[in-house]
Amino acid sequence: MSTNVIPSPREISTKPRRSDKVFRGIVTGGGLSSLVILGLITVFLAFRGFEVLREEGIGFITKAEWAITTDDAGNVAESQFGIAAMLVGTILCSLVAVVIALPISVFSALFLNFYAPQWLKKVLVTVIDLMAAFPSILFGVWGFLVLMPSVEYWAKLINKYLGWIPLFEVKPYFVTRSPFVAGVVLAIMIIPIITSVSREIFAQAPLDRIQAAFALGATRWAMIKAVVIPHGRSGVIGGAMLGLGRAMGETVAVYTVLNIVFQINWHVLLGAGGNVASLIIAKFGEASPYEIKALMAAGLVLFLLTLLVNALANLIVKTTGKSGR
Amino acid sequence: MTTTAVPSKPWEKSSRDRVRDFSFFVLAIAFSYAFVGVTEMKGKLAYAFVFFVAYGVIVSVFSFITRGAPAAKDAFVKTLVALGAVITLMPIASIILTVIRRGLPGLKLNLFTQDMSLAAPTDPLNNGGLLHAITGTLTLVVLALVMSVPIGILTALYLTEIKGKFSGPIRFLVQAMSGVPSIVAGLFILSAVLYPITQSYSALMGALALTILMIPTVARTSEEVLQLIPNDLREAGTALGGTQWRTVAMIVVPAARSGLLTAVILGIARIAGETAPLLLLTGGGDKVNPNPFNGPVGSLPYYIWKSFNAGSPESLTRAWAGLLVLMLLVLILFIAARALSTRKVSK
Repeated sequence: MSTNVIPSPREISTKPRRSDKVFRGIVTGGGLSSLVILGLITVFLAFRGFEVLREEGIGFITKAEWAITTDDAGNVAESQFGIAAMLVGTILCSLVAVVIALPISVFSALFLNFYAPQWLKKVLVTVIDLMAAFPSILFGVWGFLVLMPSVEYWAKLINKYLGWIPLFEVKPYFVTRSPFVAGVVLAIMIIPIITSVSREIFAQAPLDRIQAAFALGATRWAMIKAVVIPHGRSGVIGGAMLGLGRAMGETVAVYTVLNIVFQINWHVLLGAGGNVASLIIAKFGEASPYEIKALMAAGLVLFLLTLLVNALANLIVKTTGKSGR
Repeated sequence: MTTTAVPSKPWEKSSRDRVRDFSFFVLAIAFSYAFVGVTEMKGKLAYAFVFFVAYGVIVSVFSFITRGAPAAKDAFVKTLVALGAVITLMPIASIILTVIRRGLPGLKLNLFTQDMSLAAPTDPLNNGGLLHAITGTLTLVVLALVMSVPIGILTALYLTEIKGKFSGPIRFLVQAMSGVPSIVAGLFILSAVLYPITQSYSALMGALALTILMIPTVARTSEEVLQLIPNDLREAGTALGGTQWRTVAMIVVPAARSGLLTAVILGIARIAGETAPLLLLTGGGDKVNPNPFNGPVGSLPYYIWKSFNAGSPESLTRAWAGLLVLMLLVLILFIAARALSTRKVSK
């Protein structure tokens, strides 16, 4: 007689195994890295720049002077750090860039989505994506050696015919390496970004409404005006702000074409300006340790500014994507 | 006898329409030549601009006469939109043509066999090259790759596989991180690592900054790829008794392999030409530096920057040649990424 041995039942549990716990731990750790890095950037730049920020107070962002005098022993005797001129320059250059780039990008996004034949669309999308991947130094060198002469010619034309508007005033007459030139170069750099964001938003326009508009006898433009633009408006604004954020942080391309002067200048065509990022490159080479701290503080301001613009932009793009219909 | 019905396409253009469209085109070109000749405008751009305006006006006037105001508006917008696309493409065409035309004369064999340790940027072109820059860029990219790819893919896995309670904020932070200016990443490494710890320029410092810039690109592209993997695969893995770790490692990641490779390549393309942090962190040596953890190291962007700022005709040719090499590198990476991403999920 055989003994009937019943095997003990397998233990069933919903608890994750050890391997899964380790896996989840590692992946979560990796996932949190972006939070850690962004936090560390803020902490370290604030820590290094703290001394200067305390010394200068609010003057750091309202004054337009950057001077440091050291005595014979190399100690800092007197220092004046204010990045107002550079902040104004940053905002001016990037606004010029967005004003130029936005209509062009929206038009080309419309062309890609609603006018171009399929094969042309494929080619153009690839080329525009490629342009977005080009390094900024390429735009900088090309902008300085190839683009600048023509842009200066345009600047002279604008000044000649629209010079009575205060924004386009040039006094004294010096139009070389102006914020306008930098703005045009930045515009060329951000056109691919705004175009691809707008294209994606336009592509989400509800098909049934497009067809309904055509069925009612609308021309293509009437359809775009009635369906696509109301649908995509806020998404396009978000894309423009993404471009703005990119333009604000651009360093090399601006440094090569812009005449960096410590002077608050709102005149787009006058050859004087700067931006925070190019200030850092310009001053870094011969900076004393104390001045480096000031540069760190400037970097912190730039970081927080771009973070704010980007966060807003992403929020806008995301909410449009969700309320797609 | 049977007759086969041939479908007619009344919306297609007749040959008369084609002739008419072509004559409008010619008319607009003729007008632009005449207009630019008469007024004091000059340059190719002026021709192009006047041509587009003239073409738009002619076409919309014709549409207005034949079909009324809405059709005229439609025709005008069509021209405007095409103009937008042309303006978008003009800079890229100009950039590529200029770089090729001005860079080719500087592209000599010794460029790839010599470094700049015994040459100044203003020397004749047969002296010195960019060997140190190419090896330096390779070192930087490999180091950045080793650090950023695991972090980037882990972030993507967290967003798609674990979907924990931080998913929303982390997706938001990764987006925000992709907007961090490159110079800020450089300053951060400068303040956090270079000054307090190593106190010397090295390839590692540059690579750390590049890592910060590369993580968001890798993470976002990988996330998109992993989202595309059908849930059936994950469920099948679990149904066969696999733990989550085995399912992800044996099924999900291999299925997304080519897509993840695309993410990595796009990340490399993003950082290969990054200049600003390298100016702060690598020191830009003129010699091939075999030690990535100590001593200044050259790189393609730094070489271009140095030659460009030297300002003599020879050094400018050097800069253009460097730009040509850099552009080709980005182009190759980009085409590789495209080719991989259009392929079906690998077997």
